[in-house]
Amino acid sequence: MTEAVSAGPARRRRRRLNWVPYALLAPGMLWLIVFFAVPTVSLVSQSLQTGDVFNGYTLTWHVQTYVDALSTYWPQLVRSLVYAGLATVFTLLLGYPLAWFIAHRSGRFKNVLLVLVIAPFFTSFLIRTLAWQTILGNGGLLETTTDALHLSWLLHGFESFLGLVGLGTGNQLLYTPFAVVAGLTYNFLPFMVLPLYANIERLDLRLVEAASDLYATPASAFRKVIWPLSLPGVVAGTLLTFIPAAGDYINSVLLGSTQTVMIGQVIDSQFLRVLNYPLAAALSVSLMALIITFVTVYVRRAGTEELV
Amino acid sequence: MPEQRTPDLSSLAARAALARGVASRRTVVSGVFGIGATLALAACGSKGTKETAGGSASPSAKAATDLSDTEKLVNWSNWPEYIDVAESGGGHPTLEEFTKKLGIKVNYTEDYNDNDEFYAKVRPLLAAGEDTGRDTWCSTDWMVARLIRQGYVQPLDLANIPNHGNVEGSLLNVEFDPGRKYSLPWQSGFAGIAYNPKATGGKKIETVDQLLTDPALKGRVTLLTEMRDTVGLVMMAMGKRIDKFTDADFMAAIDEIKKAKEAGQIKGFTGNEYTKPLASGDTAACIAWTGDVVQLQADNPALGYVLPETGCTLWSDNFVIPALAKHKKNAELLINYYYDPAVMAQVVDYVNYISPVQGTKEVLTKADPGVADNQLIFPSPATLERAQVFRGLTEEEETKYNQAFQSVVTG
Repeated sequence: MTEAVSAGPARRRRRRLNWVPYALLAPGMLWLIVFFAVPTVSLVSQSLQTGDVFNGYTLTWHVQTYVDALSTYWPQLVRSLVYAGLATVFTLLLGYPLAWFIAHRSGRFKNVLLVLVIAPFFTSFLIRTLAWQTILGNGGLLETTTDALHLSWLLHGFESFLGLVGLGTGNQLLYTPFAVVAGLTYNFLPFMVLPLYANIERLDLRLVEAASDLYATPASAFRKVIWPLSLPGVVAGTLLTFIPAAGDYINSVLLGSTQTVMIGQVIDSQFLRVLNYPLAAALSVSLMALIITFVTVYVRRAGTEELV
Repeated sequence: MPEQRTPDLSSLAARAALARGVASRRTVVSGVFGIGATLALAACGSKGTKETAGGSASPSAKAATDLSDTEKLVNWSNWPEYIDVAESGGGHPTLEEFTKKLGIKVNYTEDYNDNDEFYAKVRPLLAAGEDTGRDTWCSTDWMVARLIRQGYVQPLDLANIPNHGNVEGSLLNVEFDPGRKYSLPWQSGFAGIAYNPKATGGKKIETVDQLLTDPALKGRVTLLTEMRDTVGLVMMAMGKRIDKFTDADFMAAIDEIKKAKEAGQIKGFTGNEYTKPLASGDTAACIAWTGDVVQLQADNPALGYVLPETGCTLWSDNFVIPALAKHKKNAELLINYYYDPAVMAQVVDYVNYISPVQGTKEVLTKADPGVADNQLIFPSPATLERAQVFRGLTEEEETKYNQAFQSVVTG
């Protein structure tokens, strides 16, 4: 009798335990299926189809599309990865000290500074990028400012330097690879700063003190203590920057020239203008595969599998 | 209970294989997944428009039940800054007048930025036989040709457009729509060469050759993403006619553009957004549309604009009524309204493109003689002599030429 009474609630509790996690997962899974799994399958399928928009497409497993796509557009693919890589390095160089400062040195201005990091998101991505046209352009803010300060020699020196290292044309800032990378760096900086901040803020400063008590120079304390501890933040930040930057094309359209075409522009033109859906899909799948490969290797090497 | 944890395998064969120990559970699961994925990939094919018409020529557009008489409303999609705007800012006087006169409200949306982009937006709806939510929009000639070919636009009921007889004679019997059964022009214009003397050092840019080869312009030239304007101007500069040309002529022009691009002469290929860099001097010279430049010259009179001696392109953007438009009659009444020269004069006075309606010039000669005398808005027969219209392309040509041109644009 007593056994039967006690068994009832226990079984019910177990059943609820089995059911609840799935119920909680369901909305997320549904979301992933509808907005990720189905589009991905459709994209891969499209890339293997032949036909045209006017007469319809059929799946023919036409793998040649990939060969054509990659043999024609590999320079744009490589360029996209290089620009995204450069932008990631620059956001890290700018973002790390900034995140450190906000986390440990800003005192009561911490929240204000965090809001300032996010503030650019209050205006549209497009407007922010267009603003760089006005800043970098002919007779723009940068040129008039350096002129007023009699520093135009510095600007021209920088332009020539960019020309020498292959990031510019030697006589202008706008419409050069430099402008594109700068635009990417600017637009994705918050994606680097926020994860870094979240990580660095939790970093125990007593460990740094301990390092210096044990005669570590500031440089070796950074290299041996701070950097390894902040690595999860660095990995998260670089992924959040690199992945969208590689597929971005607004910066290249607005700030670049015909010599800075990125893969996103090619996909856009093949999809919208040439109406060659299979080629556009094949390029998208290739980009996705390349990024996944890059990210896997990177995360393995950084030794932070638990993040992903 | 262990049975409950067994994956639900739908395939009996897989279950049998599992029982015989032929396949491990993981390979079966991945196999089932693989078959599922294959089926999913195969399910993603799409139907074209032609299948429904049994492979015959142009399929015809379906009409919806016309709600015009009960819903006093018309939805019109148009290009940005392509209609008169009140001096006080906001509001379009001619549209307000239309609503006042006929009691029909106009939902005027400026969401037509680019022919290709707009086509990509409405094509899936049209192909699926669904309403696009729009009763009329203004497409460029070649896009109208495509829409008619695919049966995506309905014939106009001319009984609702008594003013249709006002259309300019030269625009009546166009190649893609003889007698204007499906479309009526909204505005026309030329593509020519614009330059900023401040950026060229006072030098006049008057030929396509200068655009493509003059070292003084290196890296500061933009061309249009609109293939027919860019390639058209280059072909004419090479002595060809764009109303009749061969594959070889087209590809030769593409090679010229490619050469200029690879030499670093061309900064970019643009849509409407060429105007700002041209005004600021970041762009020294470019291919530009008349109305845009006339508007820019109002702020910056120094800007130069030339219709090249070798020839310029002439195009129109045309009203069409898509399949299943819910307010077809209202759209026709709207078109009729703008085919009144007095109304069209107000629009042209503001947008500065070429009016397709006869009698507009007479109205403007009285109201705004400056505009009426402008060769770019009311071209003389001598000016029109230079203009050519790009010939219609077959589907195969269109695909091939787009591919060739885009490989230069994004190459």
